[in-house]
Amino acid sequence: MSAVAAAGGQVIIRVRGLHTVLGGHTIHQNLDLDVRRGEVLGVVGGSGTGKSVLLRTIVGLITPTAGTVQVFGQDFAQLSARERRAYEMRWGVLFQDGALFSSLTVAQNVEVPLREHLRLPRRLMDEIAGLKISMAGLPASSGAKFPSELSGGMRKRAGLARALALDPEIVFLDEPTAGLDPIGAAAFDDLIRALQQRLGLTVFMVTHDLDSLHKICDRIAVLAEKKVLLTGAMHDMLRHEHPWVRDYFHGPRARAAQIAPVETESRAHV
Amino acid sequence: MSATAWVELHAPVGGDAPVLRAGGDWRIVNAGQLDSELTRLDVPGDRVVVDMAALESLDTAGAWLLYRTLKLFEAQHKKIALRGARNEHHAMLREVAANDSPCEIAPPQVNTVVRVVLAVGRATVDALRAGRDFVIFFGAAVVTFLRVLLQPRRLRWNSLVYQMEQVGFNALPIVGLIAFLIGVVLAYQGAVQLQRLGAEVFVVDLIAVSVLREVGILLTAIVVAGRSGSAFTAQIGSMKANEEVDALRTLGMDPMDILVLPRVLALVITLPMLAFFADMMGLLGGGLMAWVVLDISPAMFVERLRHAVTVWSFLVGIIKAPFFAVVIALVGCHEGLQVTGSAESVGSRTTRAVVEAIFLVIVLDAAFSIFFSVVGV
Repeated sequence: MSAVAAAGGQVIIRVRGLHTVLGGHTIHQNLDLDVRRGEVLGVVGGSGTGKSVLLRTIVGLITPTAGTVQVFGQDFAQLSARERRAYEMRWGVLFQDGALFSSLTVAQNVEVPLREHLRLPRRLMDEIAGLKISMAGLPASSGAKFPSELSGGMRKRAGLARALALDPEIVFLDEPTAGLDPIGAAAFDDLIRALQQRLGLTVFMVTHDLDSLHKICDRIAVLAEKKVLLTGAMHDMLRHEHPWVRDYFHGPRARAAQIAPVETESRAHV
Repeated sequence: MSATAWVELHAPVGGDAPVLRAGGDWRIVNAGQLDSELTRLDVPGDRVVVDMAALESLDTAGAWLLYRTLKLFEAQHKKIALRGARNEHHAMLREVAANDSPCEIAPPQVNTVVRVVLAVGRATVDALRAGRDFVIFFGAAVVTFLRVLLQPRRLRWNSLVYQMEQVGFNALPIVGLIAFLIGVVLAYQGAVQLQRLGAEVFVVDLIAVSVLREVGILLTAIVVAGRSGSAFTAQIGSMKANEEVDALRTLGMDPMDILVLPRVLALVITLPMLAFFADMMGLLGGGLMAWVVLDISPAMFVERLRHAVTVWSFLVGIIKAPFFAVVIALVGCHEGLQVTGSAESVGSRTTRAVVEAIFLVIVLDAAFSIFFSVVGV
């Protein structure tokens, strides 16, 4: 996948000159960003720099004050509601805590988009729900459970299963590993990477997790000073001189994240 | 974007196996159509060739349909040969094969009778438990109140005054408007009935007695339960959900002192005033309507009022106010403190608080009616 990204694959999300003003505060000013087909892009930035706002703007939950957002080469502001819905079927969003519908079971949650957008026989929907639940790494017994009966990590997996229900091309993840213990977070990283490779997904991921950045992101976009300060691979980040970027990628936690994979590897060899 | 997908069966030629050709976009948008075509398919013989060369795209839903068909062939003991599949198609088939684990969609349904019995039993136990909890809470509130009487400095005066503004002063417009309109309605309905008996002037008695004794206070209590009882639950409930109540406890502050008592006292102080205001607005509305419809002048109205009511008619209404206030405020605060983590429970607790408060107010009102008729006022 890195090869695809490095070769400058086709741009699937193109943000140009984005201005977002929320409640009198300018969140983004003249923000440009490209996401290429088949890559995992990690978006990082300090608290309050508008990472989640950017995600919400791209998926159309927030209307930008100025600028354009193109997904699949379409400017969504120009499309009719009907056309927009057709394109919206081609992406999935995983919100921070899964955002599962609490009155439905996990399997019913996965079936919601199928029911809404397609006319499928009941049996096929149930089969697809089982398939997605298994792909998200959940045991079959969790299908009939309600979200309140699941742990945080399982809720995220269930949210991912729902996001994958329509076989999307792009998956948006809002802090997928936040609130998980390190083991759960690492497992979730692996799951995202595996699904991304096997299904050929493009992943747009807002994250704070340096381990995720090291492990699964092809490219990283740093949000600071109300715009995308820089994009590039991890080694570009490590070379950059901007004080925030340096603190972020060279801080004590960053060093731990760099060392960690090496340690586990050497232990495996012993 | 929804390009077509197709599947066709070529009947065996000579001794060859039948060929199943899949082509086009085997994606989820076409899954419904493919599903019905595949289920209708009937492949003869004990061999089959599946040709995927014409396949343009294959997602997990398409791969599932294909995999399911292959599984069916296997179950029929057919020899399957795959032809023309690209690497990514093989990978997709492996992916769905690895995740072939049917799951339960909804929890099993229990027998209706069992469910009803279960629900009734659970509701009964819950109601009894809620009653016990409320009695405990009431006791704790009384203890807190007595402690504050001994040490008045413990009372949060700022909070008390703020709550009085919120639940009392800010409720004036809505309470006044509703009481005024009910006065108007009573006068009009009374006039229509009493005119037939030629006893129009008794409309003043009707208005005065009903507004002062019952309608003024009852309406005020119901409006306040909806307006402030719910606000108490929502405020305290969201603090509870946000762990602010626990934070107070760890800082050595008693939520009863800080959250509950100011609200209860504020309502006890302001509800009688609101009820008085409602009485006046009700009389005003009734008087105005009597003037317009029955031509009873304001002077005549006041004159008649003196005959119709004693000071007790008024006091009977106002005496009930502090009791109603205690019930509304305690129910509101108690439900707020019962909130558990989720935002959902704030909503359901708020609903319960309003329903319980109004119910208890009306029960209490009935009890007062009996009491007053026994003592003869």
